[in-house]
Amino acid sequence: MSSDLSQGPTEADSSTPDSAAAGVTAPLSGTLRAKPTAGWALMGSELSVLFRRRRTWVMLIALAAIPILIAVAVRISSAGSTPGRGPAFLSQITNNGLFVGLVALIICIPLFLPLTIGVVAGDTIAGEASSGTLRYLLVAPVGRGRLLLVKFVAAVAFVIAGTLVIVIAGALIGAALFPVGPVTLLSGDTVSLGEAGVRGLLIAAYVIVSLLGLTAIGLFISTLTDIPVGAMAATVVISIIAQVLDSLPQLDWLHPWLFSHYWLNFADLLRQPIDWSSFGSNALLQLAYVAVFGALAYGRFSTKDVLS
Amino acid sequence: MTDRPRASTAELAIETHALTKTFGKQTAVNNIDLAVPRGSVFGFLGPNGSGKTTTIRVLLGLASATSGEVNVLGEELPGRLAQVLPHVGALIEGPGFYPFLSGTANLLRLDSADRFVTSSTRRKRVDDALERVGLTHAANKKVKAYSLGMKQRLGIANALLTPRDLIVLDEPTNGLDPQGTREVRHLVRSLTAEGTTVFVSSHLLAEIEQMCTHAAVMRAGSLVAQGSLDDLRRAGQTRVRVLTPDDLGAEEVLRSLGLVPDHRESIGDGDVTLTAPLMDDRAPDAIVAALVAAGVRVRGFSVEGSTLEDLFVALTGEGFDVVQ
Ligand SMILES: Nc1ncnc2c1ncn2[C@@H]1O[C@H](COP(=O)(O)OP(=O)(O)OP(=O)(O)O)[C@@H](O)[C@H]1O
Ligand SMILES: [Mg+2]
Repeated sequence: MSSDLSQGPTEADSSTPDSAAAGVTAPLSGTLRAKPTAGWALMGSELSVLFRRRRTWVMLIALAAIPILIAVAVRISSAGSTPGRGPAFLSQITNNGLFVGLVALIICIPLFLPLTIGVVAGDTIAGEASSGTLRYLLVAPVGRGRLLLVKFVAAVAFVIAGTLVIVIAGALIGAALFPVGPVTLLSGDTVSLGEAGVRGLLIAAYVIVSLLGLTAIGLFISTLTDIPVGAMAATVVISIIAQVLDSLPQLDWLHPWLFSHYWLNFADLLRQPIDWSSFGSNALLQLAYVAVFGALAYGRFSTKDVLS
Repeated sequence: MTDRPRASTAELAIETHALTKTFGKQTAVNNIDLAVPRGSVFGFLGPNGSGKTTTIRVLLGLASATSGEVNVLGEELPGRLAQVLPHVGALIEGPGFYPFLSGTANLLRLDSADRFVTSSTRRKRVDDALERVGLTHAANKKVKAYSLGMKQRLGIANALLTPRDLIVLDEPTNGLDPQGTREVRHLVRSLTAEGTTVFVSSHLLAEIEQMCTHAAVMRAGSLVAQGSLDDLRRAGQTRVRVLTPDDLGAEEVLRSLGLVPDHRESIGDGDVTLTAPLMDDRAPDAIVAALVAAGVRVRGFSVEGSTLEDLFVALTGEGFDVVQ
């Protein structure tokens, strides 16, 4: 360590007696700014840390692998595929490669996407706590509310990345292995390739919105523990329980309130004209979940003793 | 720069009143009144589990006090925490970093969390802090490849990213090599030269004795002593040490003078050292005269001021086991 005093550029004006007499003191910290910055630096740092982690890339690659697996499997066995079995639209793939992304999304929504979201959202606060960085972020100082917000936005960024990876990987592999052309919608109308792309992005947006509630739940659970794996597992389990409850007809009064209830209801986006009602009710429900669990997370985290 | 966030002046950088922190039934910090003067290097001493780190967590707003008042840099906590923290740098219970990022990337990240610093100087400040702790050559290594002492140095660098009014270092020399330990002392000195108050917890008494101007001693959650180092030393007992082969005779003489030998050590060749606390009203020369008059062969005699270690042991007990 060199003991020369190369600290900040400006310190000459520090703590002068006259400013103390004026009732306010000049702290020594010459590099401190007059006003706090908006805090985009932390957002950028958070995203770069998230997307520089090998774990994030492994999950994104795994998500990309699913449409590829589907396309290859269908391609190899295309002769013997039985219509009516497997997920919706599976039999359409051989006619139009664009459906690969759609089928992959349908397969990923119940388990794979919630799994990766559980990992990212469950890690938000608990991961910082377990690596010992939470206390240093807090004394930096980051502000607890701001940290939660930044963490939530970063988790949403991962949801967006994960969903887009599936759709884009699906479109690419579909185009490579199958014919691609105008798409026949559920309403019977046929739309051009460009219009079909827009519909694909709309469905991706629907899926992203669908997963916001679960992301907020994961964030909240992450504030409850210092053990990230626990928070991840709990988030995934909750997503599974919600889907199980959603499948029990005895509980149909509960179904509209489950965050997973509208997860697969994007068929309306494949009609001409588009029926936005399910998009709207889904967005409203997810917003409510984000509000409730965001508030719970803030309530918990803002008063929590950080002892990690 | 007249309207930047300010912490108002007070003579005390840290002040607590009846600060108590409990974890369930256990009282980790019990009713302590800390007074850390501005500009001091304040040693916070105490055995393992005596509540040092817990106190530091409360001072930094990481944990809330169960009861009592806390004032840091003249501002009431926890209400004014957001105004205080930009002026405080800290190392708390060892470093905490992202193992998959380099030393530089870790510091850049933590610095970007601070909204009160200028981003244009970020890179330079990080490089300067790394240089100050001697990590320039390991700056681009991933932290998971750092040794214990390198991580500790990085933790100290994090506390130095911007000039601060108060720097809290919880056991800064933990895991450091002798050079590193010495450099921490230099560093602390240079910080005080800049006007920073340094609050440093440790159980390395020699460390504290060499770098601190003030100290406080914790024991099982309570503050048992506090003051300037000179005051603390004065509070300790002065002792006399007699080296003699006639230990029985010597003991008799000492007792007749009101001194109670409490330590006897045979050092070979029939010689024994006896030590006894010295009462204020006994002149050492009179003791020697009395010993010689009684025919005790005095081969050595010394009067020893108390060290911080004596005081520490006297205040916190000889026992090795942690309390509770
Ligand atoms: N999270 C916690 N939950 C319950 N008890 C705790 C917690 N953290 C600390 N304690 C207790 O509080 C007491 C003080 O602990 P603290 O960490 O403040 O000690 P310390 O003086 O820093 O010790 P050391 O010198 O070993 O670092 C101990 O008895 C400890 O068991
Ligand atoms: Mg400790």
